[in-house]
Formats: sequence, structure tokens, C-alpha cells
Amino acid sequence: MEAQAEHKFKVIGTRPIRHDGVDKVTGRARYGADISLPGMLHAKVLRSPHAHARIKAIDASAALALPGVKAVVTGADFPEVPPEMVQIGENFVNARNLSMNIMARDKALYDGHAVAAVAATSPHIADEAVKLIKVEYEVLPHVQSVLAAMKDDAPILHPDLRTAGTAEKSDKQTNVANQVRFARGNVEAGFAVAEVIAEREFDTSMVHQGYIEPHNAVAQYNQDGRGTIWVSTQGSFAIRELCGHILQMPRGDIKVVPAEIGGGFGGKTTVYLEPLALLLSKKTGRPVKMVMTRNEVLRATGPTSGSHIRVKIGANKEGKITAAQVWMAYEAGAYPGSPIAVGCMTVLAPYEIDNLQIDGFDVVLNKPKTAAYRAPGATNAAFATETVIDEIVEKLGIDPLEFRRINGAKEGTAQPAGPQFRRIGNLETVEAVKNSPHYKSSLAKSHNGKFRGRGVASGFWINAGFQSSATVSINTDGTANVVTGSPDIGGSRASCAMIAAEVLGLKAEEVHPVVADTESIGHTDTTGGSRVTFATGYAVYEAAQDAVNQLKQRAATLWKAKPDDVVYQDGVVSCTTNGHESMTLRELAGKLPRAGGPVTGRAAVTPRGVGPAFATHVVDVEVDAETGKVDILRYTAAQDVGKAVHPSYVEGQIQGGVSQGVGWALNEEYYYDENGLMRNTGFLDYRMPTTLDLPLIETILVEVANPGHPIGIRGVGEVPIVPPPAAIANAIYRAVGVRMTELPMSPPKVAKAVLEKK
Amino acid sequence: MATVFIPALLRKLTDGKDRTSATGATLRELINDLDRQFPGFRDRVVEHGDLAGSVAVSINGEVITGGLSESIPTDSEIHFVPAIAGG
Repeated sequence: MEAQAEHKFKVIGTRPIRHDGVDKVTGRARYGADISLPGMLHAKVLRSPHAHARIKAIDASAALALPGVKAVVTGADFPEVPPEMVQIGENFVNARNLSMNIMARDKALYDGHAVAAVAATSPHIADEAVKLIKVEYEVLPHVQSVLAAMKDDAPILHPDLRTAGTAEKSDKQTNVANQVRFARGNVEAGFAVAEVIAEREFDTSMVHQGYIEPHNAVAQYNQDGRGTIWVSTQGSFAIRELCGHILQMPRGDIKVVPAEIGGGFGGKTTVYLEPLALLLSKKTGRPVKMVMTRNEVLRATGPTSGSHIRVKIGANKEGKITAAQVWMAYEAGAYPGSPIAVGCMTVLAPYEIDNLQIDGFDVVLNKPKTAAYRAPGATNAAFATETVIDEIVEKLGIDPLEFRRINGAKEGTAQPAGPQFRRIGNLETVEAVKNSPHYKSSLAKSHNGKFRGRGVASGFWINAGFQSSATVSINTDGTANVVTGSPDIGGSRASCAMIAAEVLGLKAEEVHPVVADTESIGHTDTTGGSRVTFATGYAVYEAAQDAVNQLKQRAATLWKAKPDDVVYQDGVVSCTTNGHESMTLRELAGKLPRAGGPVTGRAAVTPRGVGPAFATHVVDVEVDAETGKVDILRYTAAQDVGKAVHPSYVEGQIQGGVSQGVGWALNEEYYYDENGLMRNTGFLDYRMPTTLDLPLIETILVEVANPGHPIGIRGVGEVPIVPPPAAIANAIYRAVGVRMTELPMSPPKVAKAVLEKK
Repeated sequence: MATVFIPALLRKLTDGKDRTSATGATLRELINDLDRQFPGFRDRVVEHGDLAGSVAVSINGEVITGGLSESIPTDSEIHFVPAIAGG
């Protein structure tokens, strides 16, 4: 379906006040931790103090004897889960591994791994009871770097694990869970004709999504075997599926009610507390509430992978890339499932390369099991490749944007995994940066021991489609309700309301969006993958069209005309025959009882035609050569956004993603001591940027309509986090002449690199 | 007849060939034809009678949603790619 690229929209593209805004700023919005039920218990988790240990015995008798304690659960209370992989919406998971991650069985595999949980009449009693549980551990050697974990003599986490993905099946014990390779052309021949070559190795640290709201869940298991979970989640239906698998319950017996969510970024697409709370509720016969502390969030929920990456790129003196080779090993954490495959699919995607080989490895080690973090896998890869690209650009002596113009991926270019791109806006973002006030401005001279530099980097994210459902109902006053199953983490409910308003000819504020629970809307896959405005928006568009068709039929009934003789335009139904009568939607809505009854449009979609996203960023930095501190002076991000439904939200997504990328670049890391224990388990020491660390990020919305969507929509939320670390690294190089190859580029590391260069 | 690009790690099954022609009105038939040409291919991409959960298929640049029942247009270009999610 061709997008209406040049269509003049009345609502789409405007900036109405967000529908959830008043509740959010007045404190009335209800988050998961705000839920309270009569008779509710509070639960806390006992977590492993070891990075790798066999659990020999657990004695909960003292805890159970404490007044107020109602139940204790351990791994022994969980049902056996079959080991096969299951499709949970957009994710493909090993439910047994997930069950063991939620509660350890015979081994604790990381500092913070859940070992037992207690439900009590108050959170304070639960805290005291946790301390009374005695666990006998046999401490085992641990491994926490990918290169060490890949060695033949590394401590093995899972004796049954074998490397998947290759043609031949190995029988060797290993920590390498999966291998990926994309290859085309002849890289050796490509390097042989290259006139400049650059080659480097990189290390990136594990980092966390850093949402302000910790994980939470309230669960009530009823005597009839049915349960309800209230939770701040990105995917109510995924939670239902995962709890069903882990607890071996029929999915239809689990209802999940999504609360407002204080940030997710991919980290709330899976389960940690939900099955525990439901199991404790089943055991006690009472509702159970669980809320993590920040310490628990950092130690025991999924950060994204650290990595080791090797990149080699060659180009001829005309500036054309002749060959590229990338080797990437990503941390999976305690169980398989790093984003290595998608990292391999996104690396070097902004470039047209005929001779290419990408190898990727998913490696388990004694750290928390990784989860998705905004464009998972892409940021690590781009940091490495965009730095080497910058080195090639420098060797060639050409402008970095000109290099991207020469080599830029466009319609018909083969992606790293092979399929050709359809219509994309990569080159348009390069052009936008080239013409931006930022890029055209001069960088003020360095002085007083501080050096300034400007860096450029590109980024790509695939975006996702998957399943969505929606209904659009007409109220008796001519306003409308839009019901979807997509938790709103980035403004999607406003976008959905605006799409419905556009189709119905209403104002945005006349459409009321609702995010429904799993019993009130059809199946909808997780909010993630930058899919919601694309896919759920698609469902809303079709549901609104269905509503319009029903309205035309109702009007035809009233006018005793044929439905084909009725037109609907801008909120007015008109008859093309029979005296050419017309009514507003409001007037028709009041007459619906006499015209055939209520109108509810509905749609369930799995849309194809997903449009990927490209971004080009430019940043100016100032480096204090003595302390190594890097300040961001100015940052501009250009992105192909397809069609910006609510431009303020799109700008916000870009600014938020860039902010997270800056933190990833300059400060954030998981710091483990020699015993394998995480030492920076709070926001004081896990240092994320604040408003004091960042200038206002300038955004350029480039609208190249996605031909696969009726409104031209592309996902926008993830690609903004991809370029920042590389752009900043390239700017640091231009400032002080050192190529940083390790993330984060924190002050001690930059200062050391500057000193070594001197 | 479709052109199928062979995933790099499965080229040991195809004597190093990176692409081949294959026939089939549906993806199931096409994979069966690939398995006839290169024994063992089906086991790498099909599990429990369905497309393996870790595998997605792109036909002419678009990731399909119909699984093994998906129709294969004439002269298609087909890639097996990892199934992806997001954050």
C-alpha cells in the first residue's frame, strides 16, 4: 500500500496536548507500585551473594517462624518447564531458562540471582524474614568477560549448552550459545584492492536501561484457579504468555492489567516478579505485591550486553568502501539470548558494501541475563564500525558526510543480512546534517587546556511489525474511544488517538485512547521494536475505516439510500442522491439507536511493509585534557521518521535516545570486583546523564514516507541511541587526537589516553 | 523459480554455494526442494513442523508473516534472516 506522502493531514503532524498529560503531571496516573488490594501481602527476594555457586541446601524454617510471614518459595516450588523455545510475541525465548532466571534451581549464576522469596504482612517483616533464610553455597569459579568465557578452560555455566547456528552440531561443552554469520562477495579480494585500511578492537561495558521506575507486580490468585496481575510492563500479553509457561497455567486463566509505566526501553518486555507474585498469592490465598529496589534492578534485571568487537574496513582513494570484516562477541549474561543476531543485522547497514563478512557470538557468563535495551545490539556495533569509518575518512582526507554520500545505502542496497532495502531516508539524513546550522557553524577555538572537536556518526535500526488489535467506538455525543493493547512508553496512545481522529474527521481531543488489559482487547504484541505507532497505528487506522463504513451504512438506513450513495468526509456524512442530505458525526451519533445500533470498528493486523530507520548525528565536544572530562557543547540528530504523527513526541524520542547514548558513551558501566560482585548498584555510582550534563538536543525530522504504511509511518524510538557513542568518540579524536576504543569514555580513561599520547 | 540466498553458516551443506534456484508454490514446498538439493537444510530452518522460531524469511525485501504456508511469487528473491525483536 503506497503511503499518502503528500496528503495534507488535518490532525496528523500537529501537536495536541497529550491525552495522558494531566494525570501524569498531577500525580493521578496509577503506576504498578500504586496498586493496593484488601488483605494484600508484601514479598521480598533473597538474592545470591555469589557470582557463581552451587546451591546445596536452603533452610527457611526461621523465616517461616517469624510472625507475619505467610509463605516462602524457592526453585523447588516451580513446576518443570519443557526446554523448548517458545514464541512469545516478538520474542523467542527458552521458557525453562527464563524460569531458572526468575528463581535459581541448583546453581546461582550471578550476583543478585533470586534464590528464595518471602511473603509477609508488611514489607519490613518480609525484609527481616529474607535475612533469616539460610542458604548453603559451594562457591564456584566465575567468568565475566566474553573473551575469557570463550576460552577452552573457562568455567562452564551450563554443562548441557552446545553452540547453535552452525551446519555441524558440536558436542563440546561451551559458553558460546549461538553463532551468526553474514557473508557476501570476497573480503580478501576487497582488501587486496583497498588503498587505505583501518583496523581496531573495541570493548564496551554492560549498561542498564536506567528507567526511573523499578520493576513491580501485584498478583491475585483466585480459588477458581484464575489469576490477575497488575504490572508496569511493555507487554501485557507477553507477561500472560510467559507466566503461563513458567507456572504451567492456561494462558486464558491469567489476566494482565497494564499500569502506567515509568520507562521501559526494552527492559520491561520480560518477567522477573510477576510469576513470583502469582505463585506466592497461590500459596497464601492473598494478593501479593512486589517492588524492586534500585540495587535489585541493577543487579538482577536485564542490562544490555557488553561486548568485544574487531573491525577492519578498506576503501579505495575515490572513497568507496571495498571490503569490511567485523567480529563481535556479545555478553548474554547467565542464560543465552544476547542481541548478537540483530547486532549483526544492523552493523554497517548505512553503507553499500559488496565484500562483507560479519561474525557474531552469543556468550554466557556470570552476569545478569541481558534484556533488550533500545535498538539492542546496534549501539555496540556502531561504536566500533563508525570509529573505524572515521579513521578511513581521515586517511582519505575527505569530509565525513561526503564519505557517507559516496557509500550510503539507498533503495536497492543489500542489507548486511542480504535483503534489499526498499525506500529509505538514509542519504536524506546525511544531506540534512550537511545543511544544518550546526554543521555549517564554526567550532570555537579550544583554550585554557580544553580542546574542542566535532564528530559525525550514522545509525540504523530495523524496526518491527508483529501483531496488534484495535477497536474504535463512536460515543453518543460523536466523540470516539480508541482501545488498544499497547502499553504507552513513548506517546503511542496520543498517536493512535490522532490517527483515529484523522480518519473520523474529529479533533484529537475528541478521541479518547485507552490501553486495555488482556481480556478487553485482542492479542497485541509487546510495545517495543519501534513497532507501536506503525503496527498498532495501522490497526487503529483500519478500525477507524471500519467505523466509517458502519457510519455510512447507518446514515444510508436513515435516508433510505444505498450505502454506496453515502460519502464520509471530514466528520460529515452526505448522501449523493435523495435530496443530498448531510449530517455531522455528532448528529448521526445521536440517531444511531434508530439506525441500526452502536458503531464499533475493529481490526487485527500483522502488517508487513515495515520501514527501517536511519540517523545521522553530529556533536561538538570539549575535552579537559587534564581531567579527561568530556562536555557536550552541541548535538544535532537528523533522522528519517517516515511521517511524524505527533512531532513533539518524535522529537522527544530522539532527544531521549541521544541522552541515553551520551550516558552509554561517557559514564555508564557495570563495575564488578574480583569476587564478581557488582559495586555500583545505585544511581550515585551508576552515573547517568542529567539535564545538567546535556545541552538541548537539536532534532531534524526528515520525512521520507514508508511506502508500506497508509500514513507513511516508520518507527522512531530506537535508532536515536545508536550513533551517539561513536559520534562522541570521533569528536574526542578531533579534539585531542586519541581514538577511544573502550566504552565508557569516562574521565580517567580519556585522561590516561591523552597522557599516553603525550 | 525463486533465487534463494544461503545463510553463510549453512554453506557447508551446499558445498560453499551462496545462492541457488528453488521451486515451490509455498515456503514449505520451497524448503522441501532445498532439502532435496542439500540434505539437512530443512532441519536447520524448520522445527516442530513450523518455521524455526529463531528464523525469519524475507521475500523480495519484506519479512513474511505467513510461516511455511506463505506463497512464493515467481522470480522471488528469498533470504533466511534471524528473527528479531527490539527494545
